Amino acid sequence: PLHRVLGEAVLPFPPALAEVTLGIGCGRRVILRSYQEEEADSSVRAMVTEMSIGEEDFQQLQAQEGAAITFCLKEFRGLLSFAESANLSLSIHFDAPGRPAIFAVKDTLLDGHFVLATMSESDLHSPAPHRLVPPLQAHSTPHLDDFANDDIDSYMIAMETTVDSEGSRAGPSIPLSPGLRPPCSPGPYSEDNDAEPSTEPGTPPPKKFRSLFFGSILAPAHSPPGPSPVLAEDSEGEG
Amino acid sequence: MKFRAKIVDAACLNHFTRVSAMVAKLAKICTLRISPQTLNFILSDKVAGGGVSMWCELEQENFFSEFQMEGVSAENNAIYLELTSENLSRALKTAQNARALKVKLTNKHFPCLTVSIELLSVSSSSRIVTHDIPVKVIPRKLWKDLQEPTVPNSDVSIYLPVLKTMKSIVEKMRNLSSHLIIEANLSGDLNLKIETELVCVTTHFKDLGNPPLASEDASQDRDPEQMAEVRIDIRKLLQFLAGQQVNPTRAVCNIVSNKLVHFDLLHEDVSLQYFIPAFS
Repeated sequence: PLHRVLGEAVLPFPPALAEVTLGIGCGRRVILRSYQEEEADSSVRAMVTEMSIGEEDFQQLQAQEGAAITFCLKEFRGLLSFAESANLSLSIHFDAPGRPAIFAVKDTLLDGHFVLATMSESDLHSPAPHRLVPPLQAHSTPHLDDFANDDIDSYMIAMETTVDSEGSRAGPSIPLSPGLRPPCSPGPYSEDNDAEPSTEPGTPPPKKFRSLFFGSILAPAHSPPGPSPVLAEDSEGEG
Repeated sequence: MKFRAKIVDAACLNHFTRVSAMVAKLAKICTLRISPQTLNFILSDKVAGGGVSMWCELEQENFFSEFQMEGVSAENNAIYLELTSENLSRALKTAQNARALKVKLTNKHFPCLTVSIELLSVSSSSRIVTHDIPVKVIPRKLWKDLQEPTVPNSDVSIYLPVLKTMKSIVEKMRNLSSHLIIEANLSGDLNLKIETELVCVTTHFKDLGNPPLASEDASQDRDPEQMAEVRIDIRKLLQFLAGQQVNPTRAVCNIVSNKLVHFDLLHEDVSLQYFIPAFS
């Protein structure tokens, strides 16, 4: 079941990790990758962890290679363990970065939709598809094992030259990848973001569920009296 | 500069994981030295470590089914990488059910040690976990500070008691004092002492045994009962003991009076040397 596949898939990620990117890589492999904010003090870089799962592990996969979304890992772990504990079937529906992702859980008694906000393109350091696709060449084919990615020699040549001339320990200044400095844009999540507290520009807003509702499919005689409050608009309403 | 290696044996992988966990407890940031025959985890006392140094060595062929490296140059056939020890330990811990583990030196915007783990999977396709551990390549100029420390001529050499026992005693002593005196003699006696204004506590270990003296010391007529002592920072001793999750195959303590205590451990086929200077 999907909750188990994904439940196992999130295990290698550090417990404190805030966000994760889910996407489709080369060879239609499903990729989960840790998402790191580039700290201003980038002398201490964080380890990047990636989990790659073959298409065969999923009952159904309808998505384009290169599609990817970034969302809160903590909430994701929570909903996975909920689905696991109740053995609910899980399906994930997502759209472009910035649009909400819907995690639908279901069994004979209940039907639930977890809606998570995803980071938009302007929010990410580089457009999500580009982040996921290039490095996947090596990972999607496990037996492809040469030094194709190891252009460490050019780095070393540059480093040796710098050290000899400066006599210092600092390596050559590596140009930061474009878009490393987060753009200052308020309200980076989807436009329906009116109720959100304001946050510092350039940082992702606090992670909260946008909506969570359960619809009971039991016969009306068994359901509680009174109309169920609508906690979130249905997706057709977002136009 | 190239490095890539592979582990396929589960026992080797578990052992390597335990070694990296030990290193992570002993040094937050350490140097990994890669040479054709060995891997070393190094903490040099020049780095902010309070004067503590560590030299951990393992023979690569005891762990890796494949091992290829090319150092900086033919004359300097080694690679020195500085990394956050916990990253490596965490990455290896995710390899519990691995079919194979590969380590490679890569350059993904910045130098990384990439650990790639092929997990066992119920379906036909395998699952792959990859960790990119950022590393700093240490230039040749600084290698001289990262060489194997010379083993000092010690006054007393003694086998250590069970480390778990030692650790629980030192943990309790730590509540009373920030310094501790280790003293030992050539009759197999070792004492751990703390002395404060209010209280003195000594724990005595007896009949520990002493390793045979080196031949040139055989003529040294040291009174076997005479203690050699050194006063050290108790937290450093505790950190060292906390890193030893398993009782080692062999554990020797060498004391240079009032200067240094040198722990020389063997965990199966991995050697660990740990130096704690006298508190000054």
